[in-house]
Amino acid sequence: MPSLTMIEAIRDAMDVMMARDDRVVTFGQDVGRFGGVFRCTDGLQGKYGSSRCFDTPISESGIVGIAVGMGAYGLRPVAEIQFADYMYPAYDQIVSEAARLRYRSAGEFSAPIVVRMPCGGGIFGAQTHSQSPEALFTHVAGLKTVIPSNPHDAKGLLIAAIEDDDPVVFLEPKRIYNGPFDGHHDRPVVPWSKHELSETPQGHYTVPIGEAVVRREGAEVSILAYGTMVHVAETARREVGIDAEIIDLRSLIPLDVDTIVQSVIRTGRCMIVHEATRTSGFGAELSALIQEKCFYHLEAPVVRVTGWDTPYPHAQEWDYFPGPDRVGRALIRLMES
Amino acid sequence: MNVQPLTFHVPEPHPCFGSAADVSGFQLSDAARVRRPEIDVEASEIRDLAYELIRVLDADGHAVGPWSEACTVDQLRSGLRAMLKTRAYDARMTVMQRQRKTSFYMQCTGEEAIACGFQSALQAGDMNFPTYRQQGLLIAQDWPLVDLMCQVLSNEKDRMKGRQLPVFYSAREAGFFSISGNLATQYVQAVGWAMASAMRGDSRVAAAWIGEGATAENDFHAALVFASVYRPPVVLNVVNNQWAISTAQSVAGGAQATFAARAHGYGIPALRVDGNDYLAVHAAACWAVERARRNLGSTLIEWVTYRAAPHSTSDDPSKYRPQNDQAVWPLGDPVERLKDHLTGIGEWSEARHVQLKAELDEEIAGAAKEAQGSGTLVEGSKCSPASMFDDVYKSMPPHLREQRQELGF
Repeated sequence: MPSLTMIEAIRDAMDVMMARDDRVVTFGQDVGRFGGVFRCTDGLQGKYGSSRCFDTPISESGIVGIAVGMGAYGLRPVAEIQFADYMYPAYDQIVSEAARLRYRSAGEFSAPIVVRMPCGGGIFGAQTHSQSPEALFTHVAGLKTVIPSNPHDAKGLLIAAIEDDDPVVFLEPKRIYNGPFDGHHDRPVVPWSKHELSETPQGHYTVPIGEAVVRREGAEVSILAYGTMVHVAETARREVGIDAEIIDLRSLIPLDVDTIVQSVIRTGRCMIVHEATRTSGFGAELSALIQEKCFYHLEAPVVRVTGWDTPYPHAQEWDYFPGPDRVGRALIRLMES
Repeated sequence: MNVQPLTFHVPEPHPCFGSAADVSGFQLSDAARVRRPEIDVEASEIRDLAYELIRVLDADGHAVGPWSEACTVDQLRSGLRAMLKTRAYDARMTVMQRQRKTSFYMQCTGEEAIACGFQSALQAGDMNFPTYRQQGLLIAQDWPLVDLMCQVLSNEKDRMKGRQLPVFYSAREAGFFSISGNLATQYVQAVGWAMASAMRGDSRVAAAWIGEGATAENDFHAALVFASVYRPPVVLNVVNNQWAISTAQSVAGGAQATFAARAHGYGIPALRVDGNDYLAVHAAACWAVERARRNLGSTLIEWVTYRAAPHSTSDDPSKYRPQNDQAVWPLGDPVERLKDHLTGIGEWSEARHVQLKAELDEEIAGAAKEAQGSGTLVEGSKCSPASMFDDVYKSMPPHLREQRQELGF
């Protein structure tokens, strides 16, 4: 199996789907001729032509709005928002339109669209190139929200998202586009080629939306993470020597509640890790679910390690980003409680 | 330097309709005066048309000028019928709202010519992206009134299953896209639909609809940019009925420039049309639809009309505009104007008019009875609460199944 980066895997997913289904079209700012500011659509316009892969004006509501219209027509658009931080002008189209079209028309119309957006911090992106707005999507009935943590899943999940008849917000942690960043910003970047999950099957395959995966089995505590934080959690666990079970959620809505609950019931402890700000973040939903479904099995309060409730700062990047040191210390405290 | 304090400009309610109706400021082009350009005209060659008013019917009801030859008598009689039916339907549904059989209704009184006339220019397969005030698009196609009524009543036959506010219809078969409460969103979606049609080498066209108030929304501008860039087959309709609830069109920017003129900055050709003149509506709609179908790109049309009725059944216009406003509105009533024209050419009569109205009233009463037989918002049957959880997603995810069970289903 070829070893791909996240970028190559994401591009490969679109390539596979554009070849299989001529209704699949890709567009967004700088997506066409240039191939995307992160190279995720590199070569697609050359291969499929500019009526399948094209540049758009800088208008996020326009980008998602035309996607909804194309979806209603019968195409399967894959729209790109250059940074998740810039999705807000499109929020009305995503929340009021894409998410509700099937419901409000009782199935007459639907929005089989994917909205891709690079997200997350750890790149000195500061306030408008680092955000993790997943909770603003998971709160919306009718949307699916997906976030891969490695090239294998990125390709399989993106193919599944394109084939899915519901609107999917596909969040791509840009910090791990080129390698599995574990939060040790002072060490050299490890490339994906050294990681087994960069091995990505050729051609078509899917990773089902709605299924979490246990990345590492453990007995002492369940760590719920997604995106970059899967790698941070694994490193933190190893460094403090705690036998944690690490669950990569992959899909936030629909959420694989069974995998989570079974794990927490077994370990009796749970830590939730995400980059997004804490208050009303997706961790709050996870925490509430665990309280409801695992209450009698819990030996300690559920712990959340998250970004602070501040805008994402520039100079204070590593004080903000929930890195292995913070996660590790929280793990030790959780095991002592 | 002696600097004067700045002053802050807030537009007057309306150049024509302030505390007392005064239409002396309203600029009217004479019928027949405005030229009919070639279908493949460049936008830059018809910039003046955004400041004119395309009209066919003159003050005496004669069809005059270059836009006048588009309609057959049969089309006109069918247009008159569609407008009368739309008006009668609105009246009936307003009564049903007052009888508390439903929660809410919105009439399009005074604006019937626009939707009914525009629909007559479309073909099967074309797609409208309407607002909540284009019920005429469906009624002009003789879409079953019972179906519309069941939606308004949210009963068991409501195809929207009681999920949507009344009048937020969806009728894919009739080329009528699902209505959303969020203004202007459908405008850019129409452009996307038309882009898809072009990308697929199809021959179908889209029609986008928006009110003048909602042109202030971001999606209006996004739609114009995308329509300008990709030249998709879409007609961009702006229905200027002078009022956005209580807010006059001047507050949407209408006092500075016409809404048709908005298109100029995007290089999109624009027409400004008498929206109460059925013949002008049909002719302009045919022009723009043909342009779209011949791959010549989009056209923006400002339809100048007047919202004669309250904004909705929750609105009281006497709080913000004069009582005699519709009576002095210089473009009159679209039904009366078409009736006078047809009568003038010997193709209609008062007796036939009265008879048609009676037939329509009977049809609507029959439909209302049938619709109410399937329940109303407050009594009779409606869709099961269990159906509330359907169609959020194509198939129901576990968390929704759990919530449905929690409700007892």
